[in-house]
Amino acid sequence: MDMQVNDAVGQTATAGHAIKMRGEKVSVHYGEKQALFDVDHIVHDREVTALIGPSGCGKSTYIRCLNRMNDTIPICRVSGRITLDETDVYDPSVDVVELRARVGMVFQKPNPFPKSIFENVAYGPRIHGIAAGKSELDEIVTTSLQKAGLWDEVKDRLDEPGTGLSGGQQQRLCIARAIAVSPEVILMDEPCSALDPIATAKVEELIDELRENYAIVIVTHSMQQAARVSQRTAFFHLGHLVEEGRTDHIFTNPHDQRTQDYITGRFG
Amino acid sequence: MSDHIVRAYDEDLRDLAHRIAEMGGLAEHLVGEAVSALVARDTDRAHAVIAEDERIDDMHAEIEEKSTLLIAKRQPMALDLREIIAAIRISHDLERIGDLAKNVAKRTIAIDDEFRQKRLIFGVEHMAQLAMEQLKAVLDSYASHDDHAAGVVRARDEEVDAMYTSLFRELLTYMMEDPRNITLCTHLLFCAKNLERIGDHATNIAETVHYIITGERITESRTKKDLTSAVTADGIAQPDLSD
Repeated sequence: MDMQVNDAVGQTATAGHAIKMRGEKVSVHYGEKQALFDVDHIVHDREVTALIGPSGCGKSTYIRCLNRMNDTIPICRVSGRITLDETDVYDPSVDVVELRARVGMVFQKPNPFPKSIFENVAYGPRIHGIAAGKSELDEIVTTSLQKAGLWDEVKDRLDEPGTGLSGGQQQRLCIARAIAVSPEVILMDEPCSALDPIATAKVEELIDELRENYAIVIVTHSMQQAARVSQRTAFFHLGHLVEEGRTDHIFTNPHDQRTQDYITGRFG
Repeated sequence: MSDHIVRAYDEDLRDLAHRIAEMGGLAEHLVGEAVSALVARDTDRAHAVIAEDERIDDMHAEIEEKSTLLIAKRQPMALDLREIIAAIRISHDLERIGDLAKNVAKRTIAIDDEFRQKRLIFGVEHMAQLAMEQLKAVLDSYASHDDHAAGVVRARDEEVDAMYTSLFRELLTYMMEDPRNITLCTHLLFCAKNLERIGDHATNIAETVHYIITGERITESRTKKDLTSAVTADGIAQPDLSD
């Protein structure tokens, strides 16, 4: 069943942005139940792609395929093909730990390690052997916190526990933690749903800055957030990718009736 | 289109469309009254038009306020967003139409004492009929979301423009015939120009209706049949080569 309305331009490359990740006929089963049906989708480099759709539509399932987070669920079976720079991420030769460093993830609830602010950010570079010495590690921690827009707020208390920060700060700490291992793609699964509007605005501002260097995929329940932060939007419904296109088109003039009904608040 | 999950949102949108319909009806009424007052040399009626235009201005302000509130409150998307943007645009066009009708009424009062022959008014009256037909048709197309009907209005604006150009020449001829006609004909010329502008606003509304339904803007330009800017002293319109 072909229900996608993909404009040809978007499927190749928009404004010169190369294809970073590509999903081809991606299907996911949880045991007997199929959660995702033949999804073809492209993530462009240096762009924010928003995945929207009602609960249970498959958007989180799809984003979790991109860095093989679904591997942790025993009954989950992924078929089809997902590539990162032409490399099949499900190829047996791929090191999953390395993959997740290249394709980092930020979750709905901020989940800092029960360690100091410094250690939260330093942990990844240390286990991946990215930093050559103490001074280099210090530098990675500093620049990651700066990029995450958190440095000024925490620079005088790097030894304090990360869990002691406010929710918005914790989420930016998790973003700093993801950035510290020099990822190429950052996946965000509803990163602002537990944050207040001010903290949300800071994270959105951060996403806009991060776009200069990374490909970002964000799952969000807030249509306004998708409209604000993304360049491309994909609408999922009942496990199908219904419509994908430029964000300004999707939110002013979607092609598919289901997209229209969802974004205007007629079902959900 | 099915209803929103939040029912108050549907009511808000219906209220907005209802206000536009009401304002459109009043604009139509004012244009009709202004032209009737002109033809019948009825200054009382003209004064009433001037007074009633205030109501249009109030409605315009109310629609703008309601639309702003709706955007803030509901953060509309897609079709809903287009409906609201369209309401703002159409209310603006209708407000301008009210002003133009008011201007015709003011001229009716100004030319009250002028020497006049019935035949001088014919052309303006005829043009007013066409402009009012356009206005009515476009408001119907808005109410019924009829893109085809809006397209017909858009195509027909040429006729209004062509009629204006010919009326321009005609009034020029009357002025040349008898200089006592000059004041009256100049006022009539402005009245004709106002009607031509009303036709343009009807076309704007037609384009907005197209935008509501399709989400697309009309980009191709219309053929310009108002050639009066190129009419020379001998009353002949030269083709405008500069555009």
